[in-house]
Amino acid sequence: MLPFDFEYYRPETLKEAVERYQFLEHQGKQPTYFSGGTELITLGRINLAYADAVIDMKEIAECNMKEFNGDHLVLGSALSLTQIEEANPFPLLTSVASEVADHTARGKITLGGNICAQIFYREAVLPFLLADSQVIIVGPEGIRNVQINEIFQEHLRLKKGELLVQTVTDRRFIGAPFFAKKRRQQWDTGYPLITVAALKIGQEIRLAISGLCPFPFRSEEMEVYINRWGQSLEARIDGALSVLPKSILDDVEGSADYRIFVLRNLLMDALQALG
Amino acid sequence: MDVIGKSVIRKEAADKVTGRAKYTNDFQSIEMLSCKMVISPYGHAKIVNIDTSKAWKVPGVIAIIAGKRYPLTGEAIRDRPPIAVDKVRYHGEPVALVVAETPSQAKTAADLIKVQYELLPVVNSPAQAFQKDAPLVHERLGEYKLEADSYPVPGTNIATHYKIRKGNMEKGWSESETVVEASFSFAPSDHAAMETRCATAEIVPDGNIMITTSSQAPFMVKRLIADYFGEDMGKIIVRTPLVGGAYGGKASVQLEVLAYLASKEVGGRPVKLLNTREEDIITSACHIGLDATVKLGVDRSGKIRAAEIRYLWDGGAYSDKAVDVSRSGAVDCTGPYDVENLWCDSYCMYTNHPYAAPFRGFSHSELSFAIERTMDLLAQKLNMDPFELRYINAIQPGDTTPTRVKLNKSNVGNLRKCIEKVKELFKWEEGAIKEIDDRFIRVKGVSCSWKTSTIDTDAPSGVILTFNRDGSINLMSGVVEIGTGTKTILAQILAERMRMDVDNIHVRMEVDTQTTPEHWKTVASRGTFMGGRAVLRAAEDAINQLKEIAACALRAPKDDLEVANSRVFLRDDPSIGLHFKDICYGFKYPNGQTIGQQVIGRGSYILRHLTHLDPETGAGKPGPEWTVAAYGVEIEFDKRDYTYRLIKACTVVDVGNVMNEKAAEGQVMGAMSMGLAFAGRETFYFDELGRVLNPQLRTYRPLRYGENPEYLVGFVKTPQLDGPYGARGLGEHGLMGMPGALGNALSIASGVSLHHLPLIPELIWRAKEAVK
Amino acid sequence: MRRREGEETVASRTITLNINGEERNVMVRNADTLLYTLRGKLGLSGSKPGCLNGDCGACTVNVDGWPMKSCLMLAVEAEGKKVMTIEGLRNAPIQQAFVKEFAFQCGYCTPGFIMNCHALLEQHPNADDKTIKEWLESNICRCTSYIEIEKAVKSVLRGHSGGS
Ligand SMILES: Cc1cc2nc3c(=O)[nH]c(=O)nc-3n(C[C@H](O)[C@H](O)[C@H](O)COP(=O)(O)OP(=O)(O)OC[C@H]3O[C@@H](n4cnc5c(N)ncnc54)[C@H](O)[C@@H]3O)c2cc1C
Ligand code: FES
Ligand code: FES
Repeated sequence: MLPFDFEYYRPETLKEAVERYQFLEHQGKQPTYFSGGTELITLGRINLAYADAVIDMKEIAECNMKEFNGDHLVLGSALSLTQIEEANPFPLLTSVASEVADHTARGKITLGGNICAQIFYREAVLPFLLADSQVIIVGPEGIRNVQINEIFQEHLRLKKGELLVQTVTDRRFIGAPFFAKKRRQQWDTGYPLITVAALKIGQEIRLAISGLCPFPFRSEEMEVYINRWGQSLEARIDGALSVLPKSILDDVEGSADYRIFVLRNLLMDALQALG
Repeated sequence: MDVIGKSVIRKEAADKVTGRAKYTNDFQSIEMLSCKMVISPYGHAKIVNIDTSKAWKVPGVIAIIAGKRYPLTGEAIRDRPPIAVDKVRYHGEPVALVVAETPSQAKTAADLIKVQYELLPVVNSPAQAFQKDAPLVHERLGEYKLEADSYPVPGTNIATHYKIRKGNMEKGWSESETVVEASFSFAPSDHAAMETRCATAEIVPDGNIMITTSSQAPFMVKRLIADYFGEDMGKIIVRTPLVGGAYGGKASVQLEVLAYLASKEVGGRPVKLLNTREEDIITSACHIGLDATVKLGVDRSGKIRAAEIRYLWDGGAYSDKAVDVSRSGAVDCTGPYDVENLWCDSYCMYTNHPYAAPFRGFSHSELSFAIERTMDLLAQKLNMDPFELRYINAIQPGDTTPTRVKLNKSNVGNLRKCIEKVKELFKWEEGAIKEIDDRFIRVKGVSCSWKTSTIDTDAPSGVILTFNRDGSINLMSGVVEIGTGTKTILAQILAERMRMDVDNIHVRMEVDTQTTPEHWKTVASRGTFMGGRAVLRAAEDAINQLKEIAACALRAPKDDLEVANSRVFLRDDPSIGLHFKDICYGFKYPNGQTIGQQVIGRGSYILRHLTHLDPETGAGKPGPEWTVAAYGVEIEFDKRDYTYRLIKACTVVDVGNVMNEKAAEGQVMGAMSMGLAFAGRETFYFDELGRVLNPQLRTYRPLRYGENPEYLVGFVKTPQLDGPYGARGLGEHGLMGMPGALGNALSIASGVSLHHLPLIPELIWRAKEAVK
Repeated sequence: MRRREGEETVASRTITLNINGEERNVMVRNADTLLYTLRGKLGLSGSKPGCLNGDCGACTVNVDGWPMKSCLMLAVEAEGKKVMTIEGLRNAPIQQAFVKEFAFQCGYCTPGFIMNCHALLEQHPNADDKTIKEWLESNICRCTSYIEIEKAVKSVLRGHSGGS
């Protein structure tokens, strides 16, 4: 039961969406982009999200794209995670996405929504960080194409009024060996305690993590240690753990110490799996 | 037996698979107003000021109630203002009510009520509450109105103290060669029924107070509202349609009172109050927590000689039913073992936590965790098979219970048989431990339980049978259909007794306190037992009337008549007889003349010989019979990660008799599922302000599909002579042994003794780290 | 000053929904969820609220043949789509199977569970254990042990594939 009212728009083009956003803002309104919309609906109910105008992106063709364009996989931000899983164009993404929320909810949760989410796990971003994907962003200043690793710093650093249209991923990374594992507080339900995703490009292992800090990240510092092939597994992992970000989560899902214990074992599994 | 034991399909099955089944919140009318609570964001705080001015400006708002003093409510102790005044005592406590035309208006207005608080020191566990210098949750404990059997201690946080003093402790300890002592604890958790609680109220011009509620205790709602507010009992009509899961949590009376107050505030207009999930978890009553210490002494043969037990129950901010839970915990404090020399203190403690309702098992799953873990510690110390230790000490006819009830073949089930059967089902002879490789290990843990149902000594159950002109029967009982299928079982009992087709029995699903005979409360697995006895008496009564009419019509002596297949007939010549349809409204001769009258069967039942407990020793008869059960849980444990999977869970319960095979298995398996979730994952996480940090199903996580183990269910059938067709209680027992058995399996697997719930991998990791 | 629901404003309007094969006109707030609209405006109370947060699955309906938690969808989002609720399901094999296998007790989770199972059976008539688990994890049943539900689903699957 949302206690506030909002205007609802369903533009069919990116231009329309962006203009609508600007127009509403101009009017002093608080507009929001709405993809799966699950955040506004569930957080709005408990006063943790608010909007008085909603711009639903699901009718925009670009945001629903799901195809290979030459050597690049283009995925629209309004695709639901279930649509992506069923089509399975990017196995690592399928593997990570299929652990988010639950199957039915993933029919509503979208790729763009998860990447831009306020709820800080944003697990679906991990594969893109590993694959050096590009993101297509549109805003008042037009369209831009950016390296995700540049613009995703803890969260997607969009300017006001901008929206994520697509991710573009090089085919080279799509077939690469990967490892993905989500560990929860207990059994198979719930937010991540730690989610680790890893991709092996040639002899280089890449590593991205959600659930350890209040943001997902890929750490090149950790990768340096992880890729010291001459050393023992333990030494490589110890090295990686010595350069963790500072803000380790300590909450009802698990304490900071325990998260590190879990991470250590997951890294072990990742390295063993990717040889 | 023709009908008893058969897997008869529940009477409301078709409604439930088509979406037609109606629950309280499904009844909506255009004129019905919406009520929304404002709840406390803190565990313990003074209310300094409540500003409703902005809220009043929201369109559609009709009434706001805040800061108003009403009579105190509560069951054993009247300690709870329906809406907080002066201070709040738990996170989630109602502070104000808004009534508006629509739910969103009510919510908007409620959000605009600004309450100013001043934080008070928080009592965050029963052990802390028990300390001498603990902050007081209730400063005026001495002034509250009490029921018999509650003994609050003013100036402390003790809501009640029950004592069990039996035998001679000195003698017991001196006879003990081996002694173990251990402490256990866990925080409160929740019932998490899928239907959140809901109540509607309307006061119609003739003064009738119409309440609809998702409750296990509609008759209690009537009594309490009459009592609290001086209303005429007969004018309060409480209706309960189907209930979407209850598990004890809907036995407390809360929203009904608020809905009644809200309706009164708007001149009697109909008002609905529906809990959000968050409110249902924290504002309404929860599942009790416990701090326990258990000390057991055994002689050389492994026989328990002495036990000293202290239970500190986390009753939360208000005593509600927690007093009764603590009493029940005292009554069966030892678990299903014969203990001659016993000292037990069971305290119901006030804390700044959400208050506790009964929870499936009513103190037994909780105390079992403490007792059964201690039994395993003992077995380990004695180097004895854990089942063997339990077998030796198993309670038997001839023994006495902690409250000194002498047991006989009928009033206690056969625990030894249960143990034997679990061993068989669970392949105990293959051993408790199986190494899979150097990382994974499969381990079986075991436990036992018993339970009597400590209910009011004068708790009634009644049944009325009326006939339709086609000879079919309508069955009306005050038992609420909360999912247990009890109403179908009552129909089976009736069909069996009348020797008729169960399809010709129509069951009224809905209860309303004006026209349904009272059934005390649908709790404590008493529905089948008490309702069943009432059905048998009603059947007797109806049969008698039918025979009287038939005797006249057939010109045969009554005692030559038999009843079966909806007919009354001559014993020696069944072809001579009359169908019910020809006699249930009297017998009409061809000339129109009629004899007899409409047949209405009535039956009622009260448990006999229950008594209060002696305040100093606990002696007394608290319940009618003890159901016993034995359990096993098998897990696969990862020694590196401390994670585990549930492989198998097994319960063998002495049910007396199985009334409906599939329904009985379903009850036991469902209870195991709930028990494993409680043991393995569910708990409230509190912060230092006493706030529950996980009041959503996103973060408070019941078991999901696929997380469950394989379930094994077995029944032992030692008839209880007083039970209908020998049946004993059943609905709770699958749950009770799960925490103990899971805790035992994991303690063996991990090599550290585990003393807390829930048994999440982090807890095991922490215990391992502590001994490193 | 009083504003009742039902007035057309920028925040509410009349939409047409296709529910159980019928076109229904209904006045909604843009902020109304599909669940609220089904229950409160269309009298279809079979879909149940259990959390309004996407967690429990009691509100599950089918939208264009896929399961959808109707508390996670705005009514305005459902325009132009085919919505099926439990009320639209008549004598489906999965309903019979639920009865036969005792796959419910209190019945509160049942409409949502059945709608999820129904979509599963339509989308993946030969679903394997992994797929069944993946789909059915989305709903909570607090009463049963899930074994009963598993049996019910599998009995219908087997029917589909003609196996034993
Ligand atoms: C039942 C449930 C369980 C969950 N469990 C998990 C979990 O296990 N792991 C996890 O990571 N998350 C989990 N979540 C959180 C969830 O993933 C996010 O809330 C969700 O991904 C949001 O997706 P959406 O498509 O609904 O986004 P929306 O609600 O539409 O958007 C979310 C935010 O992103 C903005 N936004 C959306 N799309 C764009 C865009 N294209 N460009 C710019 N801004 C945009 C919106 O304005 C909004 O602020 C869970 C959510 C639910 C409902
Ligand atoms: S009410 Fe929609 S998922 Fe719970
Ligand atoms: S039958 Fe009660 S929740 Fe599933």
